[in-house]
Amino acid sequence: MLNRIFAIAKKELKQLSRDTRMLFIIFFFPVVLLIIFGYAINFDVKHIKIAVYDQDKSDYTREYVNGLISSEYFDLITYVQDESEIKRLLDEKIVQVVVVFPNDLSRKLLSKQEVKVQYLIDGVDGTTASAIQNYVNAATYSYSIKLTKEYLAVTGKNLYVPIDLQPRFWFNPELQSTKFLIPGLMGMILIVTAVISISLSIVREKERGTIEQINVSPLSSFEFILGKTIPYIFISLINATIVLVAGYILFGLVIKGDLFLLLFGTLTFLFAALGLGIFISTVADSQQVAFQAANVTSLLPSFMLSGFIFPIETMPTAIQVLTNVTPAKFYVVILRAILLRGAGISAFWDQLIYLGIFGTVFITLAIIVDKRSKGKQ
Amino acid sequence: MNSIEVNNLTKKFGDFAAVDNVNFTVKQGEIFGFLGANGAGKSTTIRMLIGVLEPTSGDALVGGYSIMKQPEMVKKNIGYMSQKFSLYNDLTVAENIRFYAGVYGLDGKKYQERKKWVLKVANLENMENTLTSSLPGGIKQRLALGTAVIHEPKIVFLDEPTSGVDPVSRRNFWDLINDLSAGGTTVLVTTHYLDEAEFCNDIILINAGKLVAQGNSKELKTNYIKNPILEIETDKTVDSLEILEKEKWVGETSIFGNYIHVILNDDTITEKNIIQLLQEQNGIKVKRVERIVPTLEDVFIHLIEKDNKQNA
Repeated sequence: MLNRIFAIAKKELKQLSRDTRMLFIIFFFPVVLLIIFGYAINFDVKHIKIAVYDQDKSDYTREYVNGLISSEYFDLITYVQDESEIKRLLDEKIVQVVVVFPNDLSRKLLSKQEVKVQYLIDGVDGTTASAIQNYVNAATYSYSIKLTKEYLAVTGKNLYVPIDLQPRFWFNPELQSTKFLIPGLMGMILIVTAVISISLSIVREKERGTIEQINVSPLSSFEFILGKTIPYIFISLINATIVLVAGYILFGLVIKGDLFLLLFGTLTFLFAALGLGIFISTVADSQQVAFQAANVTSLLPSFMLSGFIFPIETMPTAIQVLTNVTPAKFYVVILRAILLRGAGISAFWDQLIYLGIFGTVFITLAIIVDKRSKGKQ
Repeated sequence: MNSIEVNNLTKKFGDFAAVDNVNFTVKQGEIFGFLGANGAGKSTTIRMLIGVLEPTSGDALVGGYSIMKQPEMVKKNIGYMSQKFSLYNDLTVAENIRFYAGVYGLDGKKYQERKKWVLKVANLENMENTLTSSLPGGIKQRLALGTAVIHEPKIVFLDEPTSGVDPVSRRNFWDLINDLSAGGTTVLVTTHYLDEAEFCNDIILINAGKLVAQGNSKELKTNYIKNPILEIETDKTVDSLEILEKEKWVGETSIFGNYIHVILNDDTITEKNIIQLLQEQNGIKVKRVERIVPTLEDVFIHLIEKDNKQNA
């Protein structure tokens, strides 16, 4: 039996080595995705373009602005000279935010009155807008405290701040979104290559008629499928390694957890993904259909529903239920636990069980469909 | 000894009986021809006999194993080659051989020996590393047969193995089939070519899922057409045919190139009557009329037309 499985696996690798199109999908696709997602998609809001409409032109406003632009969050683009310019700057997206100081700012401050500073924020991109709002809030708050301290110092008193907020971000201290994205990306790459490659490789035998010779041979379906999947399991593991090494080199991602657990989690995930691929191969009769089906069932859900980019917790309940259609969802949880937190199996054992169930369900479905179609040929 | 025994084999797809209560036996070491039009049920029958398709009812013993109860044992003991060459075009000759040897569990010395044999019968010695896709059709087909019998099965099923292959390659292929048979292997072959049927020891003809005739080629020619057959050559083939078909004593007619074959209903009709009818009454020049032994083609057309009439 082992000999027969080995014969299939060896044949599969030989064929794959001559299939440049498939090799391209398997090895080039992950690298491209990694570069696109790693560099192009960046949710970190930095270098916000800001314009200042300073009608006061005092030391206060200068100090305030310096406080803003000394961080890497804001880049000062220009000073606005009159009000009509503000609209143009925002309309043409020359700046994302304009700060407006009233002309009586220093006068009011000196006479201990409350001052209003206006921020005009481009609200088209909600995520960025709310990030900008948080930044300007924090900057304004700290400058306000500084002024209070100075005022009290003159009167010989110390400022007492009852609660001082000291947030510390664990696991990803700089809140880099690439570190957060790589586990999801890895899940997406592995599921897409695994589902596409196994389903195409089985359907190709159907399309070319070689499956007939296999059916007539003493090879059992189990041996055939196992022989076919073994090469793709190794290829998927190589892919996973490429992603992790590239993640380390390009984005400084260090694996915090146990490598053995990572391997085990990945194999469980591959079981689920290959199960889906095998199921597709039983219902699709041409490589084209298989490719489409593999794409729709692996790429889209792993991108939209795995929690890879969009957090599942914020989705409506119905969509949250729907997220269970992709094994990538469970794998992303496992990967984030191992890669970012260095957590042990207690943090994700339930995800492993989900993956096991997912794979078993699809392989069972594949067996049922396969048996039915055999009676009809 | 019988290699294959088919008993009341039936396969229904819904209400349609693709194979209807078929019985036949194949002796060990013979070349058994399985004939019939497209859709007559040949492939369905073969698919049942090789253990891929489950019969609706009936059974068959292939190499002593029941296709109903022991399909896995059947598969181990047969070879199969279909009209679609089941070779991997993106593998080399040697890789294809290696793969099928692996599937049938051959290794070591046995594998080397069989590999040599396959390369020899396919005329591919020293061409092991050629990609299969670049081989000519005839060679590919011999390689396909070689790999199909790499495990030296006692019984081989060939499903239209020579369709789409040139005459010389077909001839070479049949030499190979004869060699296998001479070595004691039972060969069951389906074909469209009636000249190939002449090479078979035994023949069955199937139409609309039912067995219509069986025997060797001589028996078929003498047992199924009792009436005399005339071969007629005239200068106006189609006109002559129309005239002949109006006569009561003409049973069936068929055209073979410039010749007309006529099966007579009446023993008393002779060559003279034909000449009289065509040449003297209708002015068509009759070049030749002679009484012939029916060809297999005559027999099959006769049988199938008769069967279709009965079914209708």
